[in-house]
Amino acid sequence: MKKFWSALLAAAMTVSLAAAGNAAAASTTAAETTAAAETTAAAADTTAAASESAGAAKSAASSETAATDGVDYSNMKVGFIFLHDENSTYDLNFINAAKQVQKDLGLSDDQVVLKTNVPEGQECYDAAAELADSGCNIVFADSFGHEDFMIQAAQEFPDVQFCHATGTKAHTQGLSNYHNGFAAIYEGRYLAGVAAGMKLNEMIANGDFSEDEAKIGYVGAYTYAEVISGYTSFFLGARSVCPSATMEVTFTGSWYDETAEKEAANKLINDGCKLISQHADSMGAPTACEAAGVPDVSYNGSTKDACPNTYIISSRIDWAPYYKYAITCAATGKEIAADWTGTLATGSVQLTELNENAAAKGTADKIAEVQKQLEDGSLHVFDTSTFTVDGKNLDSYQADVDTDADYTPDTEVISDGYFHESEYRSAPYFDLKIDGITLLDTAT
Amino acid sequence: MNKKEPLFHVVKRDEMPWYHTWLIRIIAVLLALVVCSVVTMLLTGQNPLEVFEAIVYGGFGSPRKTWILLQNLAILLCVSVGLAPAFRMRFWNIGGEGQILMGCFGAASCMILLGGKIPNALLIFLMVVVSVLAGALWGFVPAFFKAKWGTNETLFTLMMNYVAIQLVSYFTIVWEVPKGSGKIGIINQQTMAGWFPSIGGNKYLLNVLIVAAITAFMYVYLKYNKHGYEIAVVGESQNTARYIGINVEHVIMRTMALSGAVCGTAGLLLVAGTDHTLTTTISANRGFTAVLVAWLGKFNPLWMILASFIIVFLSRGASQISTSFGLNESFGDIITGIIIFFIIGSEFFIRYKVCFRGQGTEEIERKKSAADARNEDRDRKSEENDRWKSKDGEEPASPDPQPGAEESAKEDTGKAPEGQKEDR
Repeated sequence: MKKFWSALLAAAMTVSLAAAGNAAAASTTAAETTAAAETTAAAADTTAAASESAGAAKSAASSETAATDGVDYSNMKVGFIFLHDENSTYDLNFINAAKQVQKDLGLSDDQVVLKTNVPEGQECYDAAAELADSGCNIVFADSFGHEDFMIQAAQEFPDVQFCHATGTKAHTQGLSNYHNGFAAIYEGRYLAGVAAGMKLNEMIANGDFSEDEAKIGYVGAYTYAEVISGYTSFFLGARSVCPSATMEVTFTGSWYDETAEKEAANKLINDGCKLISQHADSMGAPTACEAAGVPDVSYNGSTKDACPNTYIISSRIDWAPYYKYAITCAATGKEIAADWTGTLATGSVQLTELNENAAAKGTADKIAEVQKQLEDGSLHVFDTSTFTVDGKNLDSYQADVDTDADYTPDTEVISDGYFHESEYRSAPYFDLKIDGITLLDTAT
Repeated sequence: MNKKEPLFHVVKRDEMPWYHTWLIRIIAVLLALVVCSVVTMLLTGQNPLEVFEAIVYGGFGSPRKTWILLQNLAILLCVSVGLAPAFRMRFWNIGGEGQILMGCFGAASCMILLGGKIPNALLIFLMVVVSVLAGALWGFVPAFFKAKWGTNETLFTLMMNYVAIQLVSYFTIVWEVPKGSGKIGIINQQTMAGWFPSIGGNKYLLNVLIVAAITAFMYVYLKYNKHGYEIAVVGESQNTARYIGINVEHVIMRTMALSGAVCGTAGLLLVAGTDHTLTTTISANRGFTAVLVAWLGKFNPLWMILASFIIVFLSRGASQISTSFGLNESFGDIITGIIIFFIIGSEFFIRYKVCFRGQGTEEIERKKSAADARNEDRDRKSEENDRWKSKDGEEPASPDPQPGAEESAKEDTGKAPEGQKEDR
């Protein structure tokens, strides 16, 4: 009977809420629903028609442009597609790069169109096609799930260049106007790992814990090659200076979930991890570390302001060099590479500020030394002599470089004593589970 | 009037001529635009006329924009029309989201598992069947529990959404490409197996035509079909329905299966017609937006066309504002919110009149006594309802369906439900 009454009450509430005349209540709900629904539902839109006054600004800008490397950008119109807006750290990194490039190349506001909150569906195709309609010669998209829809647009607009960050299909697609870009971020991770190893050494020397307790915790997003490549290179960097280091990895099953990332970090800390790093994008792990006083190596930007005592360093990709490269190619009629991998040398792989409060002494010097070795090729991150898989050193491995539904391994990626990451395509494909790293769970 | 009279009263209006109601609506929209202008100037310093121009440009700025608008309108309308029969029955189906997703899931699973293995026409036929059935099942389950055990449909349909999301989320990982990415990507991008054909090179036209047909069907079904009449009677009073020999349980289950099937069709159109992929967010909250549309459209499929248009047009405009002026998309949403608030608010002034102190006192008295009478009537009805329900477990002693009663019900079709709607 009680159940019935509660059911009736709930029904009555619904009816009264909806009842005619109760407009105020109904409209509140309605407004909420639309606000929530429409943000996601809407495909973001193209620019307004070029206004005359802005045209004047354009010519002023183009005279300035002529000064940069003698390339004329005045005929260029660049479209950018972002999954979210600047409230997402991931997209903010791309948006900042876009604005940087606009400034560096002297493009007017009229020549650059930013479309934010474009979901990974038909909306992406619509957005790309609208950008092409409005006269863009080159269109960039920033999220992995945009790829197929960018390809669809590329097929329809052969005269427009479509560049997609983090994608995997350009080298097999055979479209001359569709391209992938990424960066050798594993080198940045390796350097950040060196900083982590130095910190572990310092804590061991201080007697905080013994050598064999030097366990690192890592909060991953998915068990995806990009993440595996990231935590493995980080671990190898740490182990290169702290040989007894081990690592535990847990996955959140999301690229951005602040609560899950915080909980994951706390779980790792309770599990005895002495240092935390993460792939996932939110402030969850860094703030959990600050609260627990555990040192943290961050990703995609400095978290020093929020975590002054525990933040050590972070690695990030700077997309501006790729944008600049592709736009310049398009402006000069040069072919854009199907796969472009930014490196430390191109400025695409960056380390953000080192926090002297938390980092071990001499970290900056050590990083500079290792960075030099990476750049001159005397050191390789995935040197096969430095890691084992199931107790054995590898001298051959077939990776799934050409994306297909059955994940068929297709390319030999080990030669000259190291795993050639990001060479056969720009997006990472290192997916080996090496000894010393324990996966607490998986999220595939 | 022994106490001091309050500053103003709200009085129910008599029936107004149509031009009067539309005058109120137009004034509301104009007022909304004025408020929007003020907000725009205060918050951004932009010229409000340019902002309005951007909204229109976002909707109709190019043939492609117009088609995208029509496509979005079609999908939202399809879901709203799917909710219409359930809502008319006073069955609060807020599970549209899950029913759409199941339709998407049904279509996508056929495309993935059977793409290239069977002839394309057969594949498309199977996709239609599977996604419609999947949507219908997701509507039928809560209705079955409601009919048999009187469960709360609002909670039940809401929970079914989460079940659908988790199912899709699980299979996204089973079918992900490449491994670990958590994304399925475009299905059969090379072969286009299971993709709806484009009519005359237009990707969106077929979807628009299908939804137009569904809308017309639903209008006729609700207005001129015996089922439509039964739905209206069950919605007004289950006792009356039982008295005239309608099998209420049967009607609830049948109507919800239909409601789910139409929402499932919306999922089919999304997967086979445009997106060709499967994600947990593919329906983009349309299942909830459609609730708003259904109410704005007064559960009438024809009015829902206008309501969906307003919502889609404003949302396309909102994102245009953010691109044109480099503003955060939240600003566009504020503008949209203001306009919708005024539109919904105008309905209040269509049904009620505000009288200031000393005005229209007699009228108030008259209305009051009429309202009292109605309320008593309603109280009595709900007590009766209790009596029906309190016989837990026992089969309510509904009279056997009599063919005669049904026949007479049929004759009344068309008139009675309309009248009830007006009364609301």
